[in-house]
Amino acid sequence: MMHGGLQAMANLPQEKATETWAVLRRLLAYLKPFRVQLGYILVLVIISATAQALGPYLIGQAIDGAISNGDLGQLNRDMLLLFTSYIVLVIANRSQFIAIGSVGQRTLASMRSQIFSTIQKLSLRFFDRQPAGDLMSRLSNDTDVLNQLFSQGLIQIIGSLFGLSGIIIAMLLLDWRLALASFVIIPLMLLMTNVFARMSRRAFRRARESLGEVSSDIQEEIAGVKVAQAFNRTDLNVQQFEQRNAANRDANVTATAVTSAFTPAIDILSTVATVIVAGYGGYLAIQGQATVGVVIAFLTYVQQFFRPIQAIASFYTTAQASLAAAERIFELIDTPLDLTDAPDAIEMPAIKGEVRFEHVWFSYGERPSSSQSEKSAADWREQAELKDISLLAEPGQTIAIVGPTGAGKTTLVNLIGRFYDVNEGHVLIDGIDLRKVTRASLRSQMGIVLQDSFLFAGTIMENLRYGRLDASDEEVEAAAKAAHAHDFIMRLPKGYQTEIGERGGTLSQGQRQLLGIARAILADPRILILDEATSSIDTRSEVLIQKALKTLLRGRTSFVIAHRLSTIRDADQVLVMQQGRIVERGTHNELLEQAGLYADLYQRQFRKYKE
Amino acid sequence: MKSLRRAFVYLRAYWLTSFAALISLLIVTAANLYSPQLLRIVIDLGISAKNSTVLIWSIAALIGLALVRGIFSFAQGYWAEKASQSVAYEMRNALFSKIENLSFSYHDQAQTGQLMTRITSDVEQVRTFIGVGVLQMVSAIALLLGSLYALFSSNWQLALITLLTVPATTAVIVRFAQVVRPRFRIVQAKLSALNTILQENLAGVRVVQAFAREPYEAKRYNALNQELLEANISTIRGLASSFPFTMLISNLGTLAVIWFGGYQVVGGTLSIGELLAFNTYLALLQQPMMMLGFLTAQISRAEVGAERVFEILDTTNEVQDKPDAIVLRNPRGRVAFEHVSFRYAGGDRNVLDDISFVAEPGQTIAIMGQTGSGKSSIINLIPRFYDVTGGRVTIDGYDVRDLTIESLRDQIGIVLQDTTLFGGSIRDNIAYGKPDASQAEVEAAARAAQAHDFIMQFPDGYETVVGERGVGLSGGQRQRIAIARALLHDPHILILDDSTSAVDAQTEYLIQQALEHLMQGRTAFVIAQRISTVRQADQILLLDDGKIVAIGKHDDLLRDSPLYGEIIDSQFGSQEQETLVETGSLATDEQEGARL
Repeated sequence: MMHGGLQAMANLPQEKATETWAVLRRLLAYLKPFRVQLGYILVLVIISATAQALGPYLIGQAIDGAISNGDLGQLNRDMLLLFTSYIVLVIANRSQFIAIGSVGQRTLASMRSQIFSTIQKLSLRFFDRQPAGDLMSRLSNDTDVLNQLFSQGLIQIIGSLFGLSGIIIAMLLLDWRLALASFVIIPLMLLMTNVFARMSRRAFRRARESLGEVSSDIQEEIAGVKVAQAFNRTDLNVQQFEQRNAANRDANVTATAVTSAFTPAIDILSTVATVIVAGYGGYLAIQGQATVGVVIAFLTYVQQFFRPIQAIASFYTTAQASLAAAERIFELIDTPLDLTDAPDAIEMPAIKGEVRFEHVWFSYGERPSSSQSEKSAADWREQAELKDISLLAEPGQTIAIVGPTGAGKTTLVNLIGRFYDVNEGHVLIDGIDLRKVTRASLRSQMGIVLQDSFLFAGTIMENLRYGRLDASDEEVEAAAKAAHAHDFIMRLPKGYQTEIGERGGTLSQGQRQLLGIARAILADPRILILDEATSSIDTRSEVLIQKALKTLLRGRTSFVIAHRLSTIRDADQVLVMQQGRIVERGTHNELLEQAGLYADLYQRQFRKYKE
Repeated sequence: MKSLRRAFVYLRAYWLTSFAALISLLIVTAANLYSPQLLRIVIDLGISAKNSTVLIWSIAALIGLALVRGIFSFAQGYWAEKASQSVAYEMRNALFSKIENLSFSYHDQAQTGQLMTRITSDVEQVRTFIGVGVLQMVSAIALLLGSLYALFSSNWQLALITLLTVPATTAVIVRFAQVVRPRFRIVQAKLSALNTILQENLAGVRVVQAFAREPYEAKRYNALNQELLEANISTIRGLASSFPFTMLISNLGTLAVIWFGGYQVVGGTLSIGELLAFNTYLALLQQPMMMLGFLTAQISRAEVGAERVFEILDTTNEVQDKPDAIVLRNPRGRVAFEHVSFRYAGGDRNVLDDISFVAEPGQTIAIMGQTGSGKSSIINLIPRFYDVTGGRVTIDGYDVRDLTIESLRDQIGIVLQDTTLFGGSIRDNIAYGKPDASQAEVEAAARAAQAHDFIMQFPDGYETVVGERGVGLSGGQRQRIAIARALLHDPHILILDDSTSAVDAQTEYLIQQALEHLMQGRTAFVIAQRISTVRQADQILLLDDGKIVAIGKHDDLLRDSPLYGEIIDSQFGSQEQETLVETGSLATDEQEGARL
């Protein structure tokens, strides 16, 4: 038990003061464009702090100078001055609130678009490693936390800091002895704040982690709810959820216990300060060294003094969380881009459709640098997903790629769209190395259909139009007809205007694939890639789609990954892949005659079946 | 307010904790009310009267009071959190259990993000109000009444003046709520729309990149980002107009008290100490007013949250056990569809129309048809994922709606198109429907599904972690695990929904062999595209547009159904088909080569 506790403490990340400063500085750099506004805010803050500090001062003066002496004229003058300062205060506060708020929100907005544009620039290599769900919850949580910082925290903290300095100055001016006496409490308070902050950070981290577990649990269960029901697992799942949920509840209660103790602790300190002022001030007053009015004003100040400090302290947790969030966001923004357009990249001219691979080597893993041993280089070659691939697809040809799972089929076609860069060799379209052209100009001439066709939240019409944004309704319908999707779409409650969500509503896998194909047809690509794009579509529809594609995409080069014979039989070339290599190539008939792997696979099945 | 009141029911189980929190709160409030009184004694009887004994004792009392206040304020905070976290806990459990059991029709429409928001942030809104808000409200009201009493008993004229600030503050607060609430709602809506785009760009990154749609997505995102910014700034303007004004009103109250009280002191009807204490009470009066202002915003947010929570909890589950549902035990496995029609919720066309057939115990029924012809819909009706709209589905003569859902699904092994795997080990995933299965059982199921070999190739074997955070499995591997999962609990009825579509030819063949063996003695329903898979079925149902257009054995359909002929044609080319019509049997090598 003891051991576990110590170990847990040792595992906590050390205070990284320097890094914290670096993050803070970078966060502040976002404020640079707002120099003018910041100047304006500073003026407002000074005005409101002065006005705020003036209040108790004027009241003290009224009591001492006017009320005690029975000078009603003086009282009236003081009160009018007080009234003016209150009006100035409300105007300054209001403008300050708006100015700080909009600077914060604008900063957040620019950070949001920076995050988004970074995500757009990242290559698939990045997304292969980062699960989308994880990334999403992190990004939305982190910007939420920063939003809290910018919407409330910033206003509070700036107001508090200046309010505090105003009060300190006023106190010093009023009576420096009393002021210094009440400041005795400050180091004590800083120490206490520090201890509490450390405790609460630890407790809140635990609470946050347990919340993360709860929400990922929910996400997973919602995604798999149909399976859970099919397997009568719901009761057990509910039980498991209840456990995580209880852990989260307990972590939150513990964390709150820490913060609940903090407020009364500050409260007690504030009472101690009051007592010091009342005691010492009382002594001074009795001795005749201070007036009653000054002591009274001090008592007000001492209470005001603790309010901003309490605000800053309670804000400390938010600040910590914000810094952590900012750090993660910067980490994302700083992700090195492994796939960028060359500085002198050209626009891909209209593609004729000749695709050539020259001795291409590719691996998803990091390739050892030349300084490392030959052995690791050999290991890399051994593990590479694509090994020495060479192929030539003439314009207009259909290339079928077959082979067992993991042979490298998808990897190969991914290189044609330059979703990854080759490690060795070249991929050329019409004789141009893909690394010399912009990705946008390349991909806009390609159509890619995946097995699991992703649909966006929106209508079917919108989803299809994704293929070509300026397509007319008629063109969209024509593409849907060619993909054999029109009929089922018309059977849906609202036809093309039926809303489909991220989970695809009641659409079957096959229907989703049909939509994916229609979307690609609409794009009118020069090169078409079908990656097991028809695996869930019935064979009869598939044949009709193939016929439609043949006429629609006459003269276009296409690559087809498939298991079905009906899909590959008519291809101009069949590439048989195994463990990253092309082991056989030719037409269906040629391959059967070659009596190699393709034929063997074919024959062996036949024999086995007969037995 | 109705939904929020319902939420309070959850507090009932934690009444002791809530009560303790309330008592502590009242003690804190009383202490807060009494401290200005003590301060007055310090000033009037101590400092002004220059009496050091009184000064020392009253200061000691001040410290004592602060300690009492501290202890009870901690107790209040702790107990309130405990009660409110417990309410959140109960609500989340209720929501989770409801969502987990809602029928497929509900989940067809619902979006993950929406459900997540309700279970997390909506519950949190309700919790904040129930835990902190309610106590704050009680405390605010107690403080308000206490301060008013203290004000009136110390100086009724000054009290009347300060009373004027109450309606003024109320007016500001009400206006604030009216202005800010709708703006706040807009911000939330824009934010979730923005997050949807982000989510789509993460999950659909391959599509976005493939169509080179980055500029389009950026435009969409930035436009919405701008709208969100404007909504946020507009909310800030709303907020900016209210807080400084409440503060101004409070300040003006102080001003009036000092001014008018000053005249009274000069007139000799009031002591300076009394004036000061009065001023402190004034601050105490403003505090609950401000708090009530915050609370109105919080209440409306919590009410919205509670509405959304109860909306889910109140959803009627279309598919649930009848009160007198029968437990299905050891069925023989005779499945009959009697004039079944079915449509999805919100649809205006039948997806299935007048479907009738009987699967005798042990038979294999193949279902074929075009994409969207209703194949999956048929098999979804057997485990009662959906209820029929017309006719009935029976097992051994029992209408499935008369059976308990648990006993019904217990007899059925199903491999869905959706081969979702859960985070956890491969073993956990195979044993998903039977968590207490032995390792031997798990391995046997894996072997039967042709999954054992590839599982053993992972360094951790059956303990390999899969799912989003684990090892990535190919579509074919996932399908095989899904098959093993369905086989594990030895079902009487087996349903395979196109379960080998993503598997390469060799593996598919092996699975096929295993399945044929396994299907013996069970009633099996197989959806498949390929003739080779369905040829040996006892019955083939050929569907078109939700109707059965042909039913019979392979040879019958070859003879009678032109559509069946077309399907075969699509798989083997017209030449083979001619041969096949002549001989009455399909050229076997072509069938088995149909998948490479």
